[in-house]
This record gives sequence, C-alpha cells and structure tokens, in this order.
Amino acid sequence: MHATNATLPPEERTGPADAAGAPVARLFRSARLYAGSLALPVLIWQLVFFVAPLCFLVAMSFWVVQSYRLVPGFDAGSWAKVYGMSVFWDAYARTFAMAAGAAVLISVLAFPVTYVLAFRLSPAVRRLAMLMLVVPFFTSYLVRAYTWQVFLADDGIVNAALTAIGLPDLTMLNTVFGTFVGYVTLCLPLVILLQLMSVASVDRTLIEAAQNLRCSPMRTVFRVIIPASRVGLTLGATFCFILVFGDFVSPTYLGGGNAPTLGILITDFTKAGNQWPRAAVVAITMIATLLTVAFLAVRFAYKTKGERG
Amino acid sequence: MKTASAVSIGGRALGLYTALAYAFLFAPILASFVFSLNSARFPTLPLSGFSTEWYAALWADTAVWQAFGNSARIAVVTGLLATVFGFGAAYTDYRYNFFGKSAYLAIALLPPTVPVIILGLAMLSFLSRIALSGQVISVIIAHVVLATPFAMAVIRLRLSQMDTALEAAAWNLGASPWQSLRYVVLPFVWPALVSALFLTMAVSFDEYAIAWFVSGLNETVPVRILSILQGSVSPEINAIGSIVFTTSICLVVLAQVIYLRAAPAKAKETN
Repeated sequence: MHATNATLPPEERTGPADAAGAPVARLFRSARLYAGSLALPVLIWQLVFFVAPLCFLVAMSFWVVQSYRLVPGFDAGSWAKVYGMSVFWDAYARTFAMAAGAAVLISVLAFPVTYVLAFRLSPAVRRLAMLMLVVPFFTSYLVRAYTWQVFLADDGIVNAALTAIGLPDLTMLNTVFGTFVGYVTLCLPLVILLQLMSVASVDRTLIEAAQNLRCSPMRTVFRVIIPASRVGLTLGATFCFILVFGDFVSPTYLGGGNAPTLGILITDFTKAGNQWPRAAVVAITMIATLLTVAFLAVRFAYKTKGERG
Repeated sequence: MKTASAVSIGGRALGLYTALAYAFLFAPILASFVFSLNSARFPTLPLSGFSTEWYAALWADTAVWQAFGNSARIAVVTGLLATVFGFGAAYTDYRYNFFGKSAYLAIALLPPTVPVIILGLAMLSFLSRIALSGQVISVIIAHVVLATPFAMAVIRLRLSQMDTALEAAAWNLGASPWQSLRYVVLPFVWPALVSALFLTMAVSFDEYAIAWFVSGLNETVPVRILSILQGSVSPEINAIGSIVFTTSICLVVLAQVIYLRAAPAKAKETN
C-alpha cells in the first residue's frame, strides 16, 4: 500500500527518520497491522463464503448423485444431461426473453418518473420521492409480489372494479401479464434511481441551448437528455435484466409456475430431485449469461463518443 | 409554437403518471395492511367487517414466533458484522491505493449482483460440505456476504464527504493511526454506521431465497412465509406481511433519516 507523504501517518513516512533503524521497522509493522486489520477481514470473509462457494459450484457440476447422495467425481454427465433437455432450452429462451423484455419495458415505464423527479420537483420533494423509492426496494419483495394476487385474481380487486363499472372480467393471475406485474414491482424503484443518477446530472445548459434553438420538449428528451444519460439508462436496464433473470417468485406466484424459468428449474432440481450437479450446471450457465450481458452493457454505457457508429 | 396550455397538459399528464407509478409501488403494501384487518377469508372488494382475528391467529402460532426470533437474532448479528466489514472495506477504498484494489472492491461489492437463488444453491452446497448448513449461523454467514456491500456503499459515501486533511492533521499532532481512527474518523462516520446497521438489518430481515436454502429447520420469517404460500393460504399471510412491511419500512426510513440529518451537520462535527 502506498500514498503520498502528506497523507501518511508518521509511521508510514519515508525520509531521514529511517536512519533510526529498528524502531522505524517496528512502526512500519504497526502501520501494516493497522491497514491489514481494516482491509483483510472483509476480504477473507468474502473469499471464503462468496468466492469459494461459487467455485465449488463449478466443481460440483462434475460430481455425481448416487442413491440421493452427492459423490465427488469428474463426470460431465450432468452437463450433457441438462444441455440435452428441451425443458432447459425452453426455460433458457423464456427466461432470457422475459428478462430482456422486462429490461426494455421497465426502462420505458420508469423514464417519465425519472424525468419528473429530475426536472419538475424541488430538491426537498425530490429527496422525499427518492426515499419513497428506496423504501419499497428494501421491503419484502416476496410479500409485495404475493399480495398482487389479491388484485389480479379472477375474483380480485381489479375485476371487482371492472364489474362495478360494467366491464367484462380479465384473466390476469397465472399469465405472463401477472409475471410482469411482479417484475415491475421488483425492478421499478431501482431502475428509476439508477436512471436518476445520470438524468439529474445532465448539463442544464445543454437543455437550455436546445430550448433556445426552438427544440420541442419531446425532441429535447430524445436528442439531448437520453443520449446524455446513456450510462444511467443502460445500468438501469442491466440491473433490471439481472434481477428478472434470476427471479423465481413472480413466475411462481403470479405466473402460475407452469412455464418454468431457470430460477424455478434450480429449485426443482434441488428441492424436488436432489439433482445438485444439474442445478449447478443451470446456475453456472446463468452466471455466464449474466457476465456476458453485464460486460456488453458496461462497454456500451461507457464507450466514448468517437467510437459511436 | 406550442401554447402554454398544451405544455401544462403535458406536465399534468406527467405528474399524474408519476403519482400512478408510486401508487403501483405502494398498492401491495397498503392492500396487505387493509386485508390483514378484514374478516373475509378470501380478500376481495367490497370489504367485509373489521377483525383482528388474523393477528390473533398469528399470536397463537408458535412456528411464527420462532421464525421472528430467528429472524431478529440473524438480522442483529448480520447487521453488526456487515457494518464492521463494510466500514473496513469503505475505509480501505477511501484511504489506500494498492495493486489489485479493483479486484478487492469487486469481491467486496459483487454479491448483490448474483441472483439470490444461485447464491443460495452455492452456499448450501458449500456450507454443507464444511458442516455449517441448516443452522442459524449458516443464515448469518450468507447474509453478511449479501449485506456487507450495502453497508460499504453507505459508509463510503459518508467518508467521501470527509476532509482528507483531518486525519493528516491528527497524525501531525502525534496521534497514532488507531487514535485518529477512534477520535477523528469514527465520530465523523458514525451516522453512516448507524444507517448501515439498520439498512443491513432490513436486507437480512427480508431475504428469503438464500435463507430458504441454508436455514434447514431454523426458519426465518420470509422462509415461514414461503412455506405458508406453498400450503393452504390463509389471510394470516396479510397479517404477517403487514408486520414484515412495518419492520423493514421502519428500519429503512430510520437508516435514511439518520444519514440525511447528519449530512448538513458536516462542518460542526469536524472539530
């Protein structure tokens, strides 16, 4: 670890005092002890309980299950088995399509709210509005998603309201629509907050310049604000993709669970069949997909203007 | 040229849309409170009579009591550990440059970006290999991994508001690194520490997927909810949901208020 002399405590400074010899060496050790005791616990914890389990997942995908027991080995059978299942590829295509669809849809749904928060509210009201986004983000998604059943069920609140005004009932629960209601519940607060990071910091003089040049508000949004907030918009869509791609709650409790996603497939393999290596294959495939998507998204978000086609 | 009224209609539509978006986000939370106090077995409109029977049913349910006990213990220990670790990581990022720093930060910050179902699978298979699965401590271990990045983010934000000359001044006046940490850095970041503690407790209290995998028989509240959902659903679920909402909303609001109240007082605290 190094830093400039001015920002170092006395023990870490190098210079004439080094001539003193042994005491300085002791001080150096104590500075290292100080830095290490702050930096290392978290590193060790995350290496042992985060990195190691993920690595173990890779090893486990080559193990075999014999009479419901996991036995170490080096057998690519689980990979062949899972990749040979049409259920897996159906689930993969479905999960990817829903995650991509949700990323686009929720980004579009979020943007007008982001716009209002960024440009139409006073700082005090904006802080409150942001707090009201942070709260649902950290508030039991499981219960929030499940509670939508009360609204969407055949004899639920929405249909009761439709009947009251003389409209025909709708089937919403156990459909893709129901699943997407859950996804919006899950992602909307985070997507708005990430979009806001960029949109709120768009250079106001650019917007004023556009307006002075008689650019309509709509055109200002599409030609000035959206291009200038590419980072936040891309990050919002990416996090939405990640959250939806791994979710099993909305497809299970609002989508009916009949059309499995990859997340549901993992729970089926483990909770129902004890097929740990197969679950690991699905999980590794998911992580590889997410890494690819995140890598491409970050490249797109931060690519410089010169490279733009 | 657009007339002023056309612009204000657009503005009103935007305002209405924003209000609807917030209504959408809070609708399930409100519905949970309303139907937890409604006597009908199948929640629908119009509401039937007011009743506290679902709370009474919860009160009598020992499995729910146990789940709340487990969740509370796990949340407190997770919060404390994650806050200490989060401070360590945030301070390391604030104070030092070293080879491999971006890898260090990636390892510290990445867990929330891995789908919880995968973390749950990985943790259970790994922890059961080292005889640490199915216990309260298994959930704590997993939740600290997940919650530390949130603590780190909050504390790092606070540290970035601290004048870097403050610590240097303490050293020049003869303070050891530990003394300047104790008397300069910690007093400055303590609102962020309290905020991080509440936030990470909320993260732990609400986490369902990893806990579902690793908790074994020691169910937490969200795991209890999952088992209720897989059986025959009763309006008890709205009562338990309302308690969960109240708990996490209190924790998150406290976290925010403590942090935001401290921010303007920055100059005062630096003496």
